Amino acid sequence: MSVLYAVVAASLFGCGLYMVLSRHIVRMVLGLSLLTTAVNLVLFQAGRIRSTQPPIIAEGVEVLGDSADPVPQALVLTAIVIGFALTVILAALALRAWRGDGTLRSDELHSARDLGDPLAPGPDVDH
Amino acid sequence: MTLSRRGRTLITDALAAGLAIWPVVIPLSAAALTLLLRRWPALQRGVMEIAVVAMLVAAALLLVRTRSGGAIVMKFGGWERPYSVTFVADVLSAALCTTAGIVALAVAVFARADVRARRRRAGFDPMFLGMLAAVNGAFLTGDLFNLYVWFELMLVTALGLVTLDRRRAQIDGAIRYAAMSMMGATFMLVGIGLLYGEAGTLDLVHLSVTLAGRAPSVTTSVAAYLLLTGLVLKAGLFPLFFWLPASYHTAPISVSAALAGLLTKVAFYACLRVFVLVFGVGRGVPVVSGLPTLFALLAAATMLVSVLAAIAQVDVRRLLAFHVVGQVAYLMMGLALASRAGSGAAIFYTMHTMLVQTGLFLGAGAIARAGGGYDLRGLGALIREHPRFSALFAVLALSISGVPPLSGFWAKAFVIDAAFRSESPVAVWLVAVAVVTGFLTLYSMSVLWTQAFWRRRTREGHVARPIPPAMVAGVALLAACTLGLGLAIEPAVRLSRDAAAQLRPDAAMPNVGASVDTGRPR
Repeated sequence: MSVLYAVVAASLFGCGLYMVLSRHIVRMVLGLSLLTTAVNLVLFQAGRIRSTQPPIIAEGVEVLGDSADPVPQALVLTAIVIGFALTVILAALALRAWRGDGTLRSDELHSARDLGDPLAPGPDVDH
Repeated sequence: MTLSRRGRTLITDALAAGLAIWPVVIPLSAAALTLLLRRWPALQRGVMEIAVVAMLVAAALLLVRTRSGGAIVMKFGGWERPYSVTFVADVLSAALCTTAGIVALAVAVFARADVRARRRRAGFDPMFLGMLAAVNGAFLTGDLFNLYVWFELMLVTALGLVTLDRRRAQIDGAIRYAAMSMMGATFMLVGIGLLYGEAGTLDLVHLSVTLAGRAPSVTTSVAAYLLLTGLVLKAGLFPLFFWLPASYHTAPISVSAALAGLLTKVAFYACLRVFVLVFGVGRGVPVVSGLPTLFALLAAATMLVSVLAAIAQVDVRRLLAFHVVGQVAYLMMGLALASRAGSGAAIFYTMHTMLVQTGLFLGAGAIARAGGGYDLRGLGALIREHPRFSALFAVLALSISGVPPLSGFWAKAFVIDAAFRSESPVAVWLVAVAVVTGFLTLYSMSVLWTQAFWRRRTREGHVARPIPPAMVAGVALLAACTLGLGLAIEPAVRLSRDAAAQLRPDAAMPNVGASVDTGRPR
């Protein structure tokens, strides 16, 4: 089970990294969301997959018996929300870039680089 | 009606523990309030300013309290450590919260003249306050995963602030910033997950104790290097700094100033907590080997690359953005020395650089207001109309270059002094690089100051516009702080030494007296 988990997480990481390296922003966004999914699997596996019992001490018992670790589940929940929020923001930025510059290729987006470019002609040259 | 003695101590303890969350609660609730007041920009501004002042007061009180009474631990939900998520306010956290408060105040004052009603309607105030809450949250949390959450909140609000005007350059810059930061967060999160799998805890102090009691393992090393990659990216160090100068200059200048002063420093603070406290760098047998040498390499490469890149710039904001990168490298140098003196010097440097970077960016905003743009080739002779402001800017420029008696001189002196005292084999090389970088920084700053204020105007007949008093006040506050920090060096040094001394599990754990259960009745 753990090996299967590791293989799945590793392939998700591989696919995610490959897509993040793309010059197309939408592919990059998809890659990042794949990466966050892969991280969630790692977090889940970090708590070991053992029991399906909820970690609640039964009445009349002093110690908690065999049960699932609740912490990774809390972490995964939080990470899902954060990953989702950031993916949405990035998608909104990509949409804005598409409307503004008419391109989704990161090498064709250069308005930030052009702003204050030291190689561009200065304001005193064109006067 | 008199309270019993026990009742009174309970109340004072609860207040003391509550002190640890006020620097987060105040800006967070004010952010919610300003969001509701979006249609009334003046009201929004009033709430934001009151919240910033209240936050600064709360942080200063926290600093006084931690100086006299030791660290304050607040356990959420009343669970015992290490099962609870905690807020731990020690001297380091409180000092950095206070510095962040001063930075926020200067930005808030400056923003009166820079951030108009349109930007306020676009959400400047709630996002600025949200970012401050995240910064303070990161400084105060005692839990590794919680730290990650604050980082993400910082990123989200910073993205909103960068794209405030929805200009094309801002969208472009924000995409680069967001994509790189998400990658960094991914690395950090995998590291955190592996560490939890290995140690079974996320409490920073408990992690430190647990890891120190174990044989070094591959998982721990991998986790450490993953965390390092994520934090190096967020702190803007070589070779992962390029998102910073690609995005900071596109933001409205008040925003650039706040980002430059706060964000990368929070990432460095996280490095201190993670590597000194958790992985025990510079404390006996290290849990993970090879870290200090790697830190030294990163620091040296960052210093040289960033300062050379800064010299090539003609846009004031881009020039300063490269110096943001370069100054974080000095902090990393302090960490690379793997000694308590090195950490102490880095802590002092962090406080200094937070104030000065913000001051320089705010100054750049004032220069652009007076001279009509950020391009140095179109500026000149601003000293004619603005002699006092040019002196103020010179104070900040000299401080970042390390000229006495300003705080920048002491910051560099302490890092170099700590390097000579350390046993690190690369210390001498680091000092050489640091000194060369210092001179190049001085050169870059002299060029900036001369071109903006001194030399003949390229466009003759162009008269500089007046600088609004709010802008001058914001810059003056930070210039006064760097001068004051340089003159009152003795208490500042003692503060940073005490802060560095608390970066050990045995100093951070006991917290007698002030630790209070909140939530569950005793």
